[in-house]
Amino acid sequence: MTSPSMPRGDTVYRIDWTLGTDVLDGVCHCGARRRSEDPVELWEWLLAHPAGHEPPARAGGGG
Amino acid sequence: MTAFVRNQWYVAAYGREIGRELFARTILGESLVFYRTTSGRVVALADRCVHRRYPLSESRLEGDTIVCGYHGFTYDQGGTCVFVPGQARIPRTARVASYPVVEQDSFVWVWIGDHDRADPSSIPRAPWLDDPAYTSVSGMEPLAARYQLLVDNLMDLSHETYLHGGYIGTPEVANTPITTEVDEDRGIVYVSRHMADAECPLFYAKSTGIEGRITRWQDIEYHPPCLYLLHSRIAPVGVLPNADGSDPGGFHVEVVYAITPETENSTHDFWAVARDFALGDHEVSDFLAENNRTVVMQDVVALNLLEKVIATEPEGYQELSINIDTGGLAARRILKRMAEAGAAPARPSEAVPS
Repeated sequence: MTSPSMPRGDTVYRIDWTLGTDVLDGVCHCGARRRSEDPVELWEWLLAHPAGHEPPARAGGGG
Repeated sequence: MTAFVRNQWYVAAYGREIGRELFARTILGESLVFYRTTSGRVVALADRCVHRRYPLSESRLEGDTIVCGYHGFTYDQGGTCVFVPGQARIPRTARVASYPVVEQDSFVWVWIGDHDRADPSSIPRAPWLDDPAYTSVSGMEPLAARYQLLVDNLMDLSHETYLHGGYIGTPEVANTPITTEVDEDRGIVYVSRHMADAECPLFYAKSTGIEGRITRWQDIEYHPPCLYLLHSRIAPVGVLPNADGSDPGGFHVEVVYAITPETENSTHDFWAVARDFALGDHEVSDFLAENNRTVVMQDVVALNLLEKVIATEPEGYQELSINIDTGGLAARRILKRMAEAGAAPARPSEAVPS
């Protein structure tokens, strides 16, 4: 499903709230990914890019 | 330090509010006076005579000039004083500040900040409000609360279930997870909530005529600091847009808010609802206007209460954020960054010629 307007920039941070769970799935524009149940902690991690952001190939695929 | 985001465009009024009467409105703590010239252009000036501070909005429009109601100082459209009483020499400093203005999408936008930074092309759009393919209703409610509380409110629509139950809230809103995206380059926050099978609230049942359950999409697009768009799509359960993007089975409502700080603790809450169905149907327009205003007033009452709570709370109170706040947290961060950038000088200060 596409939304009427979605981000078009190159620097997009995304947090999906996984259906049926309390888990938030954060995806950085660099491809790094992290799961959390705390949006404050997850934004801090995303916005710290590149600190602590492993390249996607080494991050274990992120599921 | 002020939390105002300066050097930005703000909605000051609807175009319909500004005519040949002087019109006062305070924006980001600055008192402004507006009027429309004989050629139809909107002018915004500081609402204080340079002489003895008399409000120009309590004065008189003569042609395209304002004549101060106290001693007759007369100002042109650019704020330059063109007449002072009793003497021929007009002091060089006799002028009031003027503000860049753009009329667009039914709104009067005003730039609060350094003139040389004002770029009209950076004003976000709400084209539905001035599009014959849509029918709109709109209004503005004064809010006795800081603008950040309205941003929090609009970025987390799960509150619809509890604060607006029976109007636009149903259980599915609070129970459906959201996707939040921040477009860092363009400074936009998106929050998306797609409900596949939801109860149809009265607001949409009566306006669309849909009976039974619905597929309800809420796609928020927040252009900080001022413009908030909610793309709302309603359809009978399971009716989706076509692969080519056309959507004949969907009802589209564009909900627009302009969030304009008046003072540190009060806000102009502009709201508009544009629809692509029942065009020109006055009964539907009246219903949507009355119901949306009721919903806005439910928010106003709640946020005014919150403002009082914040005013009396002990220093260092720690609030709690959970998953529903993901979009609101993103908006807060961008606003903080914008406030810092807007407060910074445009360039290193230059020596003032003596």
